[in-house]
Amino acid sequence: MMNNSVEVRSLTVRRGRTTVIDALDLDVPRGAIVGLLGPSGSGKTTLMRAIVGVQIVSGGKVDVLGRPAGSAALRHRVGYMTQAASIYDDLSVRANLRYFARVQGAPKSEVDRVLERTDLTGQADQIARTLSGGQANRVSLAAAMLGSPDLLVLDEPTVGLDPLLRADLWELFRRLAEEGTTLLVSSHVMDEATRCDRLLLMREGAIIADTTPHDLLAGTGAASAEDAFLRIIDKDISAPGASGRGGRSGTRLLSREGRFRTDRGHGAKAGGRR
Amino acid sequence: MNPLRTLATTGRVLVQIRNDPRTIALLLIVPSLLIGLVAWIFDETEVFSTIGPAMLALFPFIVMFLVTSIATLRERRSGTLERLLSMPLGRGDFILGYTLAFGLLAIVQTAVAVGYATMICGLEIEGSVGLLFVVAIADALLGTALGLLASAFARTEFQVVQFMPVFVFPQILLGGIFLPRDQLPEVLETIGDWLPLSHAIDALNAVSTGDEDDAYIWLRVLFIACWIVGAIIVGSLTLRRRTP
Repeated sequence: MMNNSVEVRSLTVRRGRTTVIDALDLDVPRGAIVGLLGPSGSGKTTLMRAIVGVQIVSGGKVDVLGRPAGSAALRHRVGYMTQAASIYDDLSVRANLRYFARVQGAPKSEVDRVLERTDLTGQADQIARTLSGGQANRVSLAAAMLGSPDLLVLDEPTVGLDPLLRADLWELFRRLAEEGTTLLVSSHVMDEATRCDRLLLMREGAIIADTTPHDLLAGTGAASAEDAFLRIIDKDISAPGASGRGGRSGTRLLSREGRFRTDRGHGAKAGGRR
Repeated sequence: MNPLRTLATTGRVLVQIRNDPRTIALLLIVPSLLIGLVAWIFDETEVFSTIGPAMLALFPFIVMFLVTSIATLRERRSGTLERLLSMPLGRGDFILGYTLAFGLLAIVQTAVAVGYATMICGLEIEGSVGLLFVVAIADALLGTALGLLASAFARTEFQVVQFMPVFVFPQILLGGIFLPRDQLPEVLETIGDWLPLSHAIDALNAVSTGDEDDAYIWLRVLFIACWIVGAIIVGSLTLRRRTP
């Protein structure tokens, strides 16, 4: 238990009559960067919301840092960055962070620290409305980093960023991981996969591959991460029982190294948020 | 709940408003302009002295209802509410923080409106001006509390604006401004007697005529306070940490 920051067992989320996540299992080891990749609508955001504890779940168990997800004690220890920059656009960058720091119970010095780490010191006194999309996203990330939480759940943190900034952010994530923070990072840019310690590929509410960057390329024989994912998805679509009815097939699809695991639900329509 | 987090929220809301000078101007000037207009319409008559106090009850109520419901809806839609609820912020901190911020604004707004009505429009207040403030602030807080509640049922800005007539108009119509409540059909009179704005109007009339004692006015304020507490409780129940 203590080696995993997040343990998810047979998590099921339904929204209305559609099953968004179907009996999903997941372990996130401590101090690792785990990439959650998959097409939009595959349930990445819903899974992240369940881990943060703001998602109504219909079944299963989610433990974060040894406690049930969403417990009051976890609210200091888990930083969550939503997909849309959830900041006040009529406040300055500094005023935003100062408020979130006070809510978090973090000291004032934290504001300058996260400003510096996200390279926003120059924009500190700018009203958030006048920021570029990428800058606003970084403010949102900075807010999630306040108080140095043990687990950072980042929903598409690099979306809309230029390659240079994206590289900077991944370096920041790496440094955070080296300091002991666990990061769960979603993305639909497959090339970011190579930056992670572990990769989870989601499709239609299930994790269809659980691998590492090295094994991903080696196992599929693909030249790029994007190519490798396309092959896995193809395999998943053509897998026996993939479109069948009557519950989970629980098939373990054998790849060359037997590493790719396929747990496909039955026709789970993913209705991802946003 | 934690006073530091409540006050942090109050401070944040006030800074947001300070960054928006046009809203401040509208908040402070519009009620006075409208009161001035009513006074002008009834220039040659005695009507203003009877409905003027009710006007003081109306504007803080309506304005605070609108401002609060839209501000809260914005929090829900921008994702900031979700962020806050994933952090160690109590639901009570959030609501009370807003209530305090808008309560402070209401005090300033009421001061301007009362000053304008008495000094420029010639409205006469026989009773205590202090009590007048108490009632007007209770009124503004009522608007804030009902606005929080309304925002819970609205998914879009369009819906929020439509809730204004739903929550506010019946209270104006049945409050005794158009026709004294004891002259209304019996059913409507009973309904009117249970609506909070009616009691605010009664209390303000009593303050301006000085006909009733303080206990009468405090009883009305207490009635409004019960509505505020009720609306805040129901409103905080609609703030869910977990959402579908």
